[in-house]
Amino acid sequence: MTVQETTAPEKTLTHLQRLEAESIHIMREVMANAENPVMLYSVGKDSACMLHLAKKAFYPSPPPFPLLHVDTTWKFRDMYALRERAAADAGMQLLVYKNPEAVEKGINPFDHGGLHTDMWKTDGLKQALTHYDFDVAFGGARRDEEKSRAKERVFSFRSANHRWDPKNQRPELWKLYNTRKSKGESIRVFPLSNWTELDIWQYIHLEGIEIVPLYYSAPRPTVVRDGMILMVDDDRFPLNGEEPVERSIRFRTLGCYPLTGAVESTATTLPEIIQEMLLTTTSERQGRAIDHDQAASMEKKKQEGYF
Amino acid sequence: MCAAAKDAVYVTEDLIASDIDAYLEKHQHKTMLRFITCGSVDDGKSTLIGRLLYDSKMIFEDQLASLENDSKTSGTQGQNIDFALLVDGLAAEREQGITIDVAYRFFSTDKRKFIVADTPGHEQYTRNMVTGASTADLAVILIDARQGVLTQTRRHSYLVNLLGIKNVVLAVNKMDLVEYSQERFYEIVKEYSHFAEQIGMTSFLPIPISGLAGDNIVTQSENMPWYQGPPLLSHLEDAPLNVAQMQDAPFRMAVQWVNRPNLDFRGFSGQIGSGSIKPGDGIRVLPSGKTSRVKSIVTYDGELDSAVAGQSVTLTFTDEIDCSRGDVIVQADAPCEVADQFEATLVWMGEAEMLPGRPYLLKIGTQTMTATVTEPKYEVNVNTLEHLASSTLSLNAIGVVNISTDRAIPFEAYDKNPDLGGFILIDRISNATVAAGMVHFALRRSQNIHWQALDVDREAHASAKNQTAKVVWFTGLSGSGKSTIANIVEKKLHAMGKHTFLLDGDNVRHGLNRDLGFTDADRVENIRRVGEVARLMTDAGLIVLTAFISPFQSERRMVRDMMEDGEFIEVFVDTPLEVAEARDVKGLYKKARAGDLKNFTGIDSPYEPPEAAELIVNTVDLTAEEAAERIVEALTR
Repeated sequence: MTVQETTAPEKTLTHLQRLEAESIHIMREVMANAENPVMLYSVGKDSACMLHLAKKAFYPSPPPFPLLHVDTTWKFRDMYALRERAAADAGMQLLVYKNPEAVEKGINPFDHGGLHTDMWKTDGLKQALTHYDFDVAFGGARRDEEKSRAKERVFSFRSANHRWDPKNQRPELWKLYNTRKSKGESIRVFPLSNWTELDIWQYIHLEGIEIVPLYYSAPRPTVVRDGMILMVDDDRFPLNGEEPVERSIRFRTLGCYPLTGAVESTATTLPEIIQEMLLTTTSERQGRAIDHDQAASMEKKKQEGYF
Repeated sequence: MCAAAKDAVYVTEDLIASDIDAYLEKHQHKTMLRFITCGSVDDGKSTLIGRLLYDSKMIFEDQLASLENDSKTSGTQGQNIDFALLVDGLAAEREQGITIDVAYRFFSTDKRKFIVADTPGHEQYTRNMVTGASTADLAVILIDARQGVLTQTRRHSYLVNLLGIKNVVLAVNKMDLVEYSQERFYEIVKEYSHFAEQIGMTSFLPIPISGLAGDNIVTQSENMPWYQGPPLLSHLEDAPLNVAQMQDAPFRMAVQWVNRPNLDFRGFSGQIGSGSIKPGDGIRVLPSGKTSRVKSIVTYDGELDSAVAGQSVTLTFTDEIDCSRGDVIVQADAPCEVADQFEATLVWMGEAEMLPGRPYLLKIGTQTMTATVTEPKYEVNVNTLEHLASSTLSLNAIGVVNISTDRAIPFEAYDKNPDLGGFILIDRISNATVAAGMVHFALRRSQNIHWQALDVDREAHASAKNQTAKVVWFTGLSGSGKSTIANIVEKKLHAMGKHTFLLDGDNVRHGLNRDLGFTDADRVENIRRVGEVARLMTDAGLIVLTAFISPFQSERRMVRDMMEDGEFIEVFVDTPLEVAEARDVKGLYKKARAGDLKNFTGIDSPYEPPEAAELIVNTVDLTAEEAAERIVEALTR
């Protein structure tokens, strides 16, 4: 089953066909001008979609850029397994970057709080882009995820020190992207800008895209802390006298396992996941501890260089 | 879930719960409509969008909780929910209470997915509205029923029409505040009709609504039984889509990328702009005009039997013909025009004003080339629709200009095919997008001027003089020593038997350029003419020396681009402002400081030093003689 074969009742393309065509157009525009592009790959469902679209955009050639995973060493084990396989399937090189300073200091989410995200992710990403001298990086962010993202462009320019200036964005007219960058600047490109969470899930369903099994419900060892259900994914998880309880859980979003809240669920198929998502009453990002500060926290993080 | 969402007729919660597969099947066939909402600051635009998101269940409980909280602290609706807070995104604007950029919002119903471009109503943000309108199938123009048609309503309508949006909804909002008066509604509709006719808007659909109270948004309002038309959302669900209409036009696809995984495969990738295509169809590649047939339509999901406007595909041809990025593949028997001079409307978006004659980059379809713009034929006052005389366009100004590109390009009139008629201009130094443009038509002269092929060509001229033609371009502040040094260089070259000519301000400004002053625009034109003269002289085989302040990088690059590779030698006479001002040979700095001389480079007009000059001479450490010596040495090496 593929999107291309589906005929819409109207003579026109379906919304998913149009979103797909738009994302492919964006990726090809990047290739026309980029010197050293890379695709940021977080192993989540959005990354999976983006990677799938890249395969389509350049077929029969393999996507002409490597995948970059900015690793925190604290991802779920299932994520690491899929990461290697997905890159190999696409015929792409996989680059893994770990911030050497964070490695050396043993930065972890249990002892270091906000520093964990700052060092592994924010600094790690900046270091990796500088290290490999990438001038364009594809990212899987969507405008529907969070209020400040609704205004971000498809082509988002970053200064030499990777900062984002929301007041100084280029207008994007029609499908004419101005891809020219000044010396030292780099570009983050978001081909999924116009997709919503539901679009992503529907597309995964229609196209049969492989995603990390953690999105599907299964009995998993858990503890509850501050109202969040956390999965005890390996023995680095410090248990303060707690006894992990087996619960039927799944994840709506994936990150570092000690920071990612699970939901109790019985959804074991994609339609069930979509059903649950549609009937649910909390937004996707609530599962991520990083957003819980004040309303404008994501915007601040973005200005500092977090994706 | 909250009470309001339960009333929403298009939330098929039951189907989701009872038969998710049936629900998914249904939703796979949804189409997508993009629309823009425009209105003045207090017309209730954010409230309307917030209402649409809220009613279509795009707001989750946690967001609702934070919304209720925010409504109490910074809302404008007392204890009620302030929908506007849902859509006013960035922190700074939330504090100011206005949206200052284009934001895109998403919601969907059973029939369609919607992307809403939310743009601000302030005058200074024409740029944002045009950006939002460029991708819209439909526009919702909001009017406050108490205020009626305002200046801003006229401006928004003009822009919507200019961008070619054919589906316009006139949403007369806040009907609850005028007692749902039918009389008031028709009064406004009549006033607007008159204006719509003036700007050539062929049709619009007026709907009386209340975003706050929810009248005629999702369901027919019981408060206005006199209104028989569709509620806003039903209309959005049924309005025609641009992408569907473009399928009936002749086939066009701009080539984005040539796909060559191996020697046996050569495909041309792009997104189909209009029409449809199937294997066997005859095609023509423009601007070359070469023809072939489509062999296959290649996609990751297998080869297709046909493809239509909107799809991203890769085509292979039956013949090996040249085709690369920027080319346009068209239906063989219905090609589009090719030209290098156009009339177009420009919407200026740059902070710096437009400079007629300056080369900008122009991106149309998938190609980017150098283009220059003439002085505006006229500027449009978007409030009064008057045509004004103007020598430039500044931020948010709209005008009609002629554009000439450095090569012939395939194009179509914007109103026929926005894909091949819409373009952007990019500043070559800052890389900023400075204008959006819409092609009207090609100028006839662009097809009628042909280069005369000369028998005695430039090489013949130069070799008769036993030299290689060059342009030695001196640039630097007034008083830096450009003319002095250039003069000595010419003497030395002359003594060596070289054929030279020195162009400087004095012999040019008194004759050829005596009509030009010292504004930025005139400086650009001055350099353009000098460049053209220098080029003719290189055609004649001469070594041309020029001594002009030439303060802007763009124009120096323009002249460089006119010459053959290696022919243009930029010499930066590097003298600090303090030194040049202390010398003040002609007493000009003194005058400028006293305010008697305007637009003087270094004082109240900028000088952009070269980034990669071939030669730099520092006149603080070197005498003019020594500097000239070095230049001659470099030239004869």
